[in-house]
This record gives sequence, C-alpha cells and structure tokens, in this order.
Amino acid sequence: MSASKALNLTLKVWRQKNQEDKGKMDTYQVSDISPDSSFLEMMDILNEQLIEEGTEPVAFDHDCREGICGSCSMYINGEAHGPGRSITTCQLHMREFKDGDTIFIEPWRAKAFPVIKDLVVDRTAFDKIMAAGGFVSVNTSGNTQDANAIPIEKSHADQAFDAASCIGCGACVASCKNASAMLFVSAKVSQLALLPQGQVEAKERVKNMVKVMDEEGFGNCSNTGACEVECPKGISIENIARMNREYLSASLKTEDA
Amino acid sequence: MSWVKNTLSSSVGRKFAMALSALFLMIFLLQHFTINISSVMSEEVFNNWSHFMGTNPIVQFALQPILIFGVIYHFVMGFVLEAQNRSARDVKYAMNKGGANSSWFSRNMIWSGLVILAFLGLHFYDFWVPEMVYKYVEFKPEDPNRYYEELVHKFEDPLRVGFYSVSFVLLSMHLLHGFQSAFQSVGARNSKYTPIIKKLGNIYAIAIPAGFVFIALYHHFTSH
Repeated sequence: MSASKALNLTLKVWRQKNQEDKGKMDTYQVSDISPDSSFLEMMDILNEQLIEEGTEPVAFDHDCREGICGSCSMYINGEAHGPGRSITTCQLHMREFKDGDTIFIEPWRAKAFPVIKDLVVDRTAFDKIMAAGGFVSVNTSGNTQDANAIPIEKSHADQAFDAASCIGCGACVASCKNASAMLFVSAKVSQLALLPQGQVEAKERVKNMVKVMDEEGFGNCSNTGACEVECPKGISIENIARMNREYLSASLKTEDA
Repeated sequence: MSWVKNTLSSSVGRKFAMALSALFLMIFLLQHFTINISSVMSEEVFNNWSHFMGTNPIVQFALQPILIFGVIYHFVMGFVLEAQNRSARDVKYAMNKGGANSSWFSRNMIWSGLVILAFLGLHFYDFWVPEMVYKYVEFKPEDPNRYYEELVHKFEDPLRVGFYSVSFVLLSMHLLHGFQSAFQSVGARNSKYTPIIKKLGNIYAIAIPAGFVFIALYHHFTSH
C-alpha cells in the first residue's frame, strides 16, 4: 500500500483545569500526522508537542486502545467517538480526516458526567447504577453445572450476549440530546433478565437501577435512536423497550411500594 | 397507592404515561378525521355525526373530559420532560451533529408540539368554545343541521386555512416520530411487528394530516 499524504490539522480542544474551572476551547496545530495513526496516537503527538512547548498536555481517558475497555470518551466533530460506526475513539483512524481539516474535540457532556479535567469525565454515575443491581447475588462460580442442565432458548442467549457486549463507555449518554442513560442501563438489565440466573432478581434489579439512574440526573428517553447509532458495540434500542416492559411489569407485580 | 405515584414519577413511567396519552390522542384524531372527511362527501352525514357527538351524554360527559385530560396531560408532561431533559446537559457541545444519528423530527418534538398547541388554541376558539357557549351557557335550542354551515364558514378566511395547513404539516412531523415512539415507550417492540408499526406510523402521520388539509382546502374553494 502506498503511503498516503500526511495530514496537517487544526484541533479545537476543550481545556479545563479542574471541576471548578469554567473551561474553554483552545486551538492547536498539528502537522505531518500519518493517516494510518489512530486518533489517540494523534493526541499523543499533540501532547508531546505541548510538553516540548512547556504547555500542560491534554488529559484524556484511554487504556486498552483496542476497543474493549470503554475508557476513551471523546466527542469528536459533533459525534461520540467521532465519525465512523461501531468503533471507539481508539479504533478511529486519521484516514477518516482530510488534510487541512478542523477537528472539534470535546468531553462527554452530561450533568451526570462532570468534567474532571480537559477531556476526562467522571463516570461514577454508571458505577452507582451497577451497584444498585447490575449483578447476580448467587455464586455462579466454583461448582460449575453441566451447561445443558438449564436449557436456554438460543435467541435469548444471543440477545443476552449482544446486550452484554456493552463496555459502559457512555457514548449513549453523550450522543443523546437528553443525556439519557437508558441504553446503558437497559443493556445491563437485559443481559441479566434474559438468562435464568438473572431472572431471580430481575424485578428488584430493574426498579433499583432505574431509580439510581433517575437520581443521578440523566435525562429521559425520547426514542431518537441516536444512542444505538453511536454505540461502539451496536447495542440496540430493543433493549430499552425490554427495560420499559421489565420496569412496568416489576412495578405492577412486586408487593413493596 | 404510593407505587402508582413512584412508577409514574420515574423516567420510564413518565414516558409510559406520555405514550398512553399519545396513543389515546391518535385514536381520537382518527375518529375526528373520519367525521370531518364525511363533510366533503355529504352535508347530511356530517350533520348527523356531529349532532350525535354534540348531544350524546356519554360523548359529552364521559369521553370529552377524558379527552381534555389527555390533551392537557400530554402537553404538560411534554414540557416537564423537556425541562428535565434540558437540565440533564448543563454545558452544550461546541459542535454537535444531531443529524448524523437521528431524525430532525425526533429531536424537535417540543417545537412541533408548540405549533400544535398554538393551533389547538385557535381551534378551540373557533369551534369548541362557541360550541360550549351555545349548549351550556346560552342553552340555545339544538339545531341538528347547523354543524355543516359552521364548518364551512370557518374555512372562508384564507389566513385561517393557511395557518391550519401549516399546523398540520407540523402535526405530520410530530407523528412521524411520535407514532412509533409511543409503541417503543410502552415496550411494544420486536423484530416481527416493529417494521409494520413503523410503516403504519408513516402512513398515519402523512395521510391523516394531509386529509385534514384537504378538508380545509376543499371547503375554502367550494363554499363561495
């Protein structure tokens, strides 16, 4: 493959010293960026440049850099994880951009995800929702049963696996015009509600998780479908409909208020 | 009964109630359209239906209050949800490409809704308020043949016809998202039925408002 032309880019990056700081967009120039480098590598190059200039480097979340950890969280040119579908920011490559482009790089914007510094946001709200019920209490390890002892419908197993592929990155919240966390919560509710081990606590789980989701200040779902389009794992909003059913039936059937 | 309050004050519950009121209003709209379109075909049929709707005690004193509650609930809850949703993002994006992942209709339900609210204000002033005054304030004797003339008279003014038509375009936009969205909010979704619901929704969202515009234009151009 012949080497493509290196890119010269203008970056408009959100800079914010800390949670209290008001923050603003700063403009930087980067040059000679290989189209084959990843977006995060381009950010590394920018940071090296900033360090050389004696400027504070841009803080951003990253970890595995292979699309499975859910750490990277940039809102690039008006879209969560930038242009391209079913990818995280670390899987976005500079070949998606043209020489001379201006790229806007912002943190996830949601009241429930306050900015800690620059592009890093606090996603503890997701952890709180998970702690409210995103697990099974029964010990499922140590005395593994025969896999065929509990027959599970293939379609249910498939849907549960699809829901379980959510990496909790928060792109759904960032993309939603209401900063709603419904796609994330519904994926977690679904992956457990579809399987026998999770069904035991399904009713309490959905009620508790929705309660914490509301308390954390996420918005409501307007069914625009933006979340499933921007989700790096392609989680379907079918899960939101399932969560709605689970929640409404749990509200009707459980005895407590 | 605190569980009812808790359920309806949750995000899922509010959208459920919003969707139920929407489904109810869409059934009402279909019934309203069915009666109105009869005015194009037969003056007598339209008068008969209108007389029935205007004098039947179940319609007047059971269904009408439910309808008024449904309309008010849908608008009030629409504003409540909008306020909550706006507060969920205190700092806006410097650059946001909403069009890359969702339809304009779905992102602007509040604006199409506000135009429909303005339309309803005029519509109530035009028909509902005079009707209530006629029957329950002035206690005028019931004339089973007055409805057609009242309808045609209202569509003489081109400004009113124009505003009605624009409002119905916005109603169409509202329904293009709202119809299928209501099913999603009540949890009615699966790979088998959802494509049919979406197609039906598109047909409903275009045909019903277009029909109302046709009725207004028809009477405007044929009544002179």
